[in-house]
This record gives sequence, C-alpha cells and structure tokens, in this order.
Amino acid sequence: MNLLEIQNLKVHFPVRKGLLGRGKEFVHAVDGVTFNIAPGETLGLVGESGCGKTTLGRAVIQLVPSTHGRILFNGEDISRLSATDLRSRRQRFQMIFQDPYSSLNPRLTVLECIGEALDIHRLAPDRAARRERVDKLLKDVGLDPSHADRYPHEFSGGQRQRIGIARALAVQPQLIVCDEPVSALDVSVQAQIINLLKDLQDAHGLAYLFVAHDLAVVEHISHRILVMYLGRIVEEGESKSLCRSPLHPYTRSLLSAVPVVDPDSKRSRIFLAGDVPSPIHPPSGCPFHPRCPMAEGRCKTEVPQLKSIGSDRTVACHLFP
Amino acid sequence: MPLLEIKNLQLEFGTVDRPHRVVDGVSLKLEAGKTLCLVGESGSGKSVTALSIAKLLPSPPVRYVGGEILLEGRDVLKMPPGELQKIRGGVVSYVFQEPGASLNPVFRIGAQIKESLTYHRPEKANDAEVIRLLKLVGIPAPEMRLKNYPHEMSGGMQQRVMIAMALASQPKLLVADEPTTALDVTIQAQIIELLQSLCEQLGMAVLLITHNLGIVGDIADDLAVMYAGQIVEVGPVRDVLKNPLHPYTQALIHSVPKLGRDVTRLTTIPGTVPNLGSIPSGCRFHPRCPKAQPPCSTEPPELMTLANSRQVRCPLWDSPNLNQPANGSL
Repeated sequence: MNLLEIQNLKVHFPVRKGLLGRGKEFVHAVDGVTFNIAPGETLGLVGESGCGKTTLGRAVIQLVPSTHGRILFNGEDISRLSATDLRSRRQRFQMIFQDPYSSLNPRLTVLECIGEALDIHRLAPDRAARRERVDKLLKDVGLDPSHADRYPHEFSGGQRQRIGIARALAVQPQLIVCDEPVSALDVSVQAQIINLLKDLQDAHGLAYLFVAHDLAVVEHISHRILVMYLGRIVEEGESKSLCRSPLHPYTRSLLSAVPVVDPDSKRSRIFLAGDVPSPIHPPSGCPFHPRCPMAEGRCKTEVPQLKSIGSDRTVACHLFP
Repeated sequence: MPLLEIKNLQLEFGTVDRPHRVVDGVSLKLEAGKTLCLVGESGSGKSVTALSIAKLLPSPPVRYVGGEILLEGRDVLKMPPGELQKIRGGVVSYVFQEPGASLNPVFRIGAQIKESLTYHRPEKANDAEVIRLLKLVGIPAPEMRLKNYPHEMSGGMQQRVMIAMALASQPKLLVADEPTTALDVTIQAQIIELLQSLCEQLGMAVLLITHNLGIVGDIADDLAVMYAGQIVEVGPVRDVLKNPLHPYTQALIHSVPKLGRDVTRLTTIPGTVPNLGSIPSGCRFHPRCPKAQPPCSTEPPELMTLANSRQVRCPLWDSPNLNQPANGSL
C-alpha cells in the first residue's frame, strides 16, 4: 500500500481586485495534482519558482489548507481532520525547510528546540530520557552531543540544516517533506547533507518528498521525479530514465539549462523565452504553450491530459498521443 | 598592460589587536575583453576582493593593509575621492546577487537607468538611450517597460535592468557578483548567455564571482579558485576543470552532483570553511585535505607557477588525485 496518495489536489489562494475588494480572483497555485509515495521512497518535485512546488509540498502535510481533493496518509484523508486530530497525526509527517537561518528559533537552544518536538508528542517520559534522545539524534545527524546547549547563531549553515533534520527526525516520522533543503548551502556542504539524507533514509526507512529546482541534485537523490509547471504535473517518471530521455518539451528545456562542469560536454541548449506566466490567469490550453518551441494549433485551445507512455512514464503533452 | 591587475592584496576586518585577515595576498590579472571567474565557498573572500576593485568597502571597518589594485595602470587604493568617483561606473561597473534588493523600489526603472546616464554620459540622458540599453539586454517592449517599477518585473527581468544600468556608463570592466544565484536555472541560462554576448559585442571584460562551477565552463577564459582568503589555483578554465591540481579544486569539482551519472554517494569535503578568527596554521586547507602530509600543518605553501600559465598553492600538486571517483572523470 502507498504511504501517501494525493488525488486531484487543488490549492487556490484568493486575491482581491477592484474597488473595495469586490470581484475575487484566484491564484491557481496547485491545480489538480495526483501522485503517490511508497514507504521508503524519494519522490523529487522540480519546477521553476512560481510553479507551485512549495505550496504543493506544504499542502501535502496540511501546512496550507487544500481547496479540493484528497490527501490519503496511510489510507486516512488528513485534509478533513479536525485541528486536534491533525496535530496528533503530524508525528508521522515532518518538514525540513529551505532556509536554515530563519527556520530555527534564535531564542531556543538546540536541546530546547528538538526537545519541544518530543514534548508535544509526549515521547520522553522525563528530562533524562529527553536529553538522552536529543544526544542520540544529534549523533545521528553528525553533530556533537555537547552542542545541545548552544544557540542556532553559533552554528554554520550546514550545521543548522543538520539541526533542522534532527528536529524532524525526533518524532520518528514516516514521511519528510524537504523543501529546497540544500539550495542555501555551498556545494561541498550540499553534498554532505544529501549523503546524510540518504543514510537516514536507509537507517529509518523514511520516505521523502524532495522539492528542489536543481535537477542534478534531484536526480541524484530521487527514485521518481515529478515535473511541475504552473500548478500542474507535466511529466512523471523514474528519475534516471526521465533525465536520460525527457519527453515533455518543458522537461527537455529544464534539463538543457542545468549547468555542466565538463567544458567538453556538447549539449544543445534549448532556451526558454520569457518567464513563468501568472498563475492568476494561466494561459488557455496547455499552460506551457506560450514558451514551448514545439507548440502547434491545438495546444492553444485543448488542455493536454496526463497519459502513460511505456511502463513508467506519464506526460501531459499533445505531441505524445 | 592588463586592464586590471591586483597585486598581493591584503584586507583586514576587526580590531588592530585581533585582526581578521579576510584577503591575504591575492593577485589576479584580467586582460581587456576577457572573462575571469572567481570561485570559492561562502566566506572565502571572493566578494570582498571584488568590492575592493572600486574601493567600495568603507575604511573603517575594512583596512587595506597592503598590495595594489591597478586599474588601467593606476592604483585604485591611492586615488583621491574625486578620481575614485570617476572610476566607479566609468571604468568598472557592478551587478549584484539580488536584483530585487539593488534596485530602488520607489523609482521607475527608466528613471534609475537615466540617473546613471546623467552622471556618466549627460548628453545621452534621454528615453531613446534608455530604450536602446533595455533592448541591448533583451527586454521585450522596452518602450512600455521603462515606466515599470521594479516590483512589476520578475527576478530575471530585474537582473537585466541591473545589467542595463551597469552598461549605461560604458564600463571597460563589469564585475558580476553571483548574478544568477537568486534565479532559476532556466533564467540563469538566459543571463549567462546575455553576459557572454555582451562581452563579445562590447569588448568588455567580465569578472564573474560565483560558487556554481557549472556556469564557469560556459563563460570564462580563466578561472581562479579561492579558499580562506587566498588564491589556491589559477589557470585557463578548460585546463583547471579538466585537470584540477589543487586538492581543494578537485574536491569542489567532485562534490557537484552531475546529471546522468550513476553514483550512490557524492564525494564531500569533510568539515567546513575555517572561521576567519581561527585560520589553520600551515596550509589553510590541510584539516580538510585528503592528501595532507605532516609538513602541511606547519609550512604555509607558496603559490607556484607551472607551465602554460597555471598556478597552484600546493607542493603535492603532481601526486595522484584522491578525489577522483572510481567511475571515470568528469
């Protein structure tokens, strides 16, 4: 059974327009997304800024309320739970944030910060057990237990991200949503954190929803990848095969834009003109058609549906009937 | 004569009793029309080096302890304030990391570009010239766009405006400090392409500061790698990327995840960049270096000059590359 099943999830934010806020419009941040995550699996989610990937990551664990659709976690729809019930379920799904500088409370020591998570879910019977558990968690993420009494400002970016990971791990979750966990870090530290996330996955059987814009990182860590554009999934597939032979024109241009260290690599760049269009008034038909180098007549009018191509690939594009 | 020559630059922050030397003996050379990339992790001193070229760091807090910055043969560090003001924009222009934070939010972008023209080319301070500049940096419908406020533009467009503003004074050197770090990969590719074509069209030299080794190969002629305030390796970009000699450069290149490569673990550099208050003795990289030998912790290595204009700060440069993953090269 799947750990997480997302069915036709939509998240719309109202924006007020016109005099006295009359006439409501909506930002279609996530617009009908369906996917599954199996236990112990890493699902990568890529797309440009403004495509709704962060909102989707947050909606999955109900940090932002969803407008429509079902979120089945272990078979239970968590989008309809009361606040108290949802809080008790949060032990099973946690989040790691992008910016390790703003996601830790500067007034709490590491012990207090990780201990807080243990207290909320009543996982430590007394202070000694709490301390012992925090020490073990710090060791697990490669920090020294003696650091438990320090404050966040005493740590480097990479160390802070490790604290964030320890805090998420404290409640023994089954799923962790990682929202751009390495994009604020230097390459050498980035590699350390990616290796750590992989080790923790092997040790604890964690599933990850890994949101990032760097395709090389996502390919490295993910089993499967979802490519998102303007609130919709445009392509999904096994990560190696998707990166080797992308089908959707958007995936192809995204891959061709990834910088490559090797000066001899002969790649043809597909430059995407312009920016991501406004999600308040998404283009008609295929949302990608104004930037698509292969757009034809019907792309402007018909919305392409996700279709299976081969055994493990779905793509939403008229070029693939 | 090179356009820019930095000789043995030394910069300090902190008090006189407890100085923090953020740049320690950096020497760089950039010929007119060429592109030099300066790469290093956060805290390596690359931005400070770049800012000092137009003496943009106020003193105090920074102290220019030693060295020379020769711009067209004249030492920037010894210039009187009036002359410095002419250099800024006139010879060297800057593009910074966050276009959103560099543009003034309360003025239209046309007015902001015109301001730069009023200072440097007053005879050209008109809408026609602003439109020409916006066209040059590839902004569609420039006649309409010049009336926009910065918040009405996307990050990529804002960065193009910043570049247009930097070009307004017709500089000979453009210093781009992490110009694409805040942007998406697709937009990053556009901006790098733009810088490259401007470089060719206008014969302008570019000093590009970045921590992204991927964009280096596309744009640079030469590459300089910085670590803890020192240059550890310099050379033609192809040679350095293909055959890095310093263990730090090697580790940096191999810790970048590459598309389509089947590796289960990434190569990492253990530890973190040293704090400037506690720089290691001897070679500054030795606590993190896979090749470190006993003398590395006591004897600071010199920057050695090798054949075909390469320089490296490691006496063990010709020993085998330990960072090389088992399954082949780049």
